[in-house]
Amino acid sequence: MKPQRPISLRKPRPGIVVPRAKPRRFYGLGVPGVDVTKLAGKLIVIEGADGSGRSTQIARLVAWLEGSGHATVQVGLKRSTLVSEELDQAQQGNILSHTTLSLFYATDFADQMENIILPALRAGFMVLADRYIYTLMVRDMVRGMDAAWLRNLYGIALAPDVVFYLNVRPEELVERTFAKKQALDYWESGMDLGLSRDMFDSFLQYQALVAAKFKELQRSYGFTILDGHCSADELNVELRRRIESVLTG
Amino acid sequence: MKTFAELGFPGRLIAVEGLDGSGKSTQIYLLKRWLELQGLKVFFSEWNSSELVKNATSKGKKRELLSPTTFSLIHATDFADRYERQLVPLLRGGYIVLCDRYIFTAFARDTVRGCPSEWVRGIYDFAAMPDLVFFFKAPLETSLQRILDGRPQLKYFEAGMDLRLSSDPYESFRIFQGRILEQYLAMSTDFKFLVIDASQPIEAQQNIVRDLIASKLDLNKYMKLKHSKKP
Repeated sequence: MKPQRPISLRKPRPGIVVPRAKPRRFYGLGVPGVDVTKLAGKLIVIEGADGSGRSTQIARLVAWLEGSGHATVQVGLKRSTLVSEELDQAQQGNILSHTTLSLFYATDFADQMENIILPALRAGFMVLADRYIYTLMVRDMVRGMDAAWLRNLYGIALAPDVVFYLNVRPEELVERTFAKKQALDYWESGMDLGLSRDMFDSFLQYQALVAAKFKELQRSYGFTILDGHCSADELNVELRRRIESVLTG
Repeated sequence: MKTFAELGFPGRLIAVEGLDGSGKSTQIYLLKRWLELQGLKVFFSEWNSSELVKNATSKGKKRELLSPTTFSLIHATDFADRYERQLVPLLRGGYIVLCDRYIFTAFARDTVRGCPSEWVRGIYDFAAMPDLVFFFKAPLETSLQRILDGRPQLKYFEAGMDLRLSSDPYESFRIFQGRILEQYLAMSTDFKFLVIDASQPIEAQQNIVRDLIASKLDLNKYMKLKHSKKP
C-alpha cells in the first residue's frame, strides 16, 4: 500500500488568511537564547486605561479570529507563573518602592514573554496582549522614573506587529468605572502619587498624566491611537480592519 | 558612576565579592565583629535576602522556572528592595553598611548566563558604587575544593546547570565558576577592586582588610550615640 500523502492546500479558501512568517526584532538588546527569525504568529497589543474597553474588544477579537481559523492565546499583566502571586501581595501592602515594583513587573513580563508569547508565536498563534510594556513604562514615568532606564530594561521586549491605544477621556473613564463597580481603584487613581487627597480628583489628574505619557511614548514606539469614545461595534470594525491588513501584510 | 561618599552620603558602603568558597563571608563576618565591638553603627546585608522577593525566587529556583533573563530580573528586584528600603536610609543615617555581594555579582553571573552586559549594567545603574570593594581572589581550584570537598548537594542554578555546560553537576559547577572568575578579573581594574589574596590564612587576610579600612575611613565618625541618661 502506498503511504498516504498529506493533504496540502492547493487553493486557499476564501476568508482564511495564512500569515507569512516575518523576521522580528526586540526593542533593545533582547533576551539570550531566543531566535526571533522564525515566528509565524502575530502579536497584537491593546493598550488603554481600565474602562477603555480593552477586555470587551479583546473578547470580540478572539471570537472573530477563531472564527476566521486562527488559533489565539491571550496574555496580560501580572499573570506569570513565576511572580504574579507575590506581585499581588506586594501591591496589596503597598510596601515596595518604585524601582523594586518596576523590576518585579518586568520579571512578570519577561516570564510571560519567554514562556507564553514566544512559544505561541513560534507555533503560529495569534497572541492578543491585554496591555504590554507601554503601560508599565508609562506608570513608572509618571512616577518620575528615568525613561532611558526603562527603555533599556524593556529592550527585552519583542516588538509587536501592531499596538492599539484606546484613548478615552478621564471624565468618561470615571463614568464607566462607576457604572461597573461604583468605586475607584487605588492604583488607577494614582493615590500613591499624592496628587490630591480627594480620590475623584486624583483619578482625573492621574489619568490625564498617563494619557499624556502615552502620547509621548507613541512617538518612539509608533502605536495606533484609536478613539475609545465611539461604540464598541464601531471600534471593533476599526480594529478588525487594521488587524486584517496585518494578517495579509 | 559615583560612590556614596561622592554623592555626599554620611554613611559608607563596603562590599565583598568573590567566588563561592573564596572565604569572603568569613572575612566580612570578622570585619563586622571588629566594627561592632568598637561601638560603631554597622549593618550587614546579604545578596538575595529580601523577605518579599524571596518567595518568588525560591519557587523559581526549586521548580527550575528561571531563564537567564528572569534570573537576572528577580535578583535585581531583590537588590532594589534591599537598596531602597534598607541600604539607602541607613547610609543616610551615617551607617557603615557591609554587603556580602553587590552589583558585581550580578554583572558576573548574568553575563556568564548570556545576558547582554550593557543591559545588566543599565538595570543596576540606579545603585551607587560602594566606597570600598574587597575582592577575595583565590585560585579556582582552591575555591572549588572548599565547596566540593564535602560533596555537597549542588543546587541547579548554583551549579549553572541551566547553561547546559555538562550533565554532571560537579563538572558544570567547575566550568561555571571558572567563567565567573574570568568576569570578576575583567572588572577588577574598572571598579577598583581591592584584591585580597584569599589563599593566605584567615587572620592574615583580616589584618589587611582592617588595615585598609582604618586607613581609608575615619571610623570615629560612625560611632553610635551614647545614650544620655534620663534625668
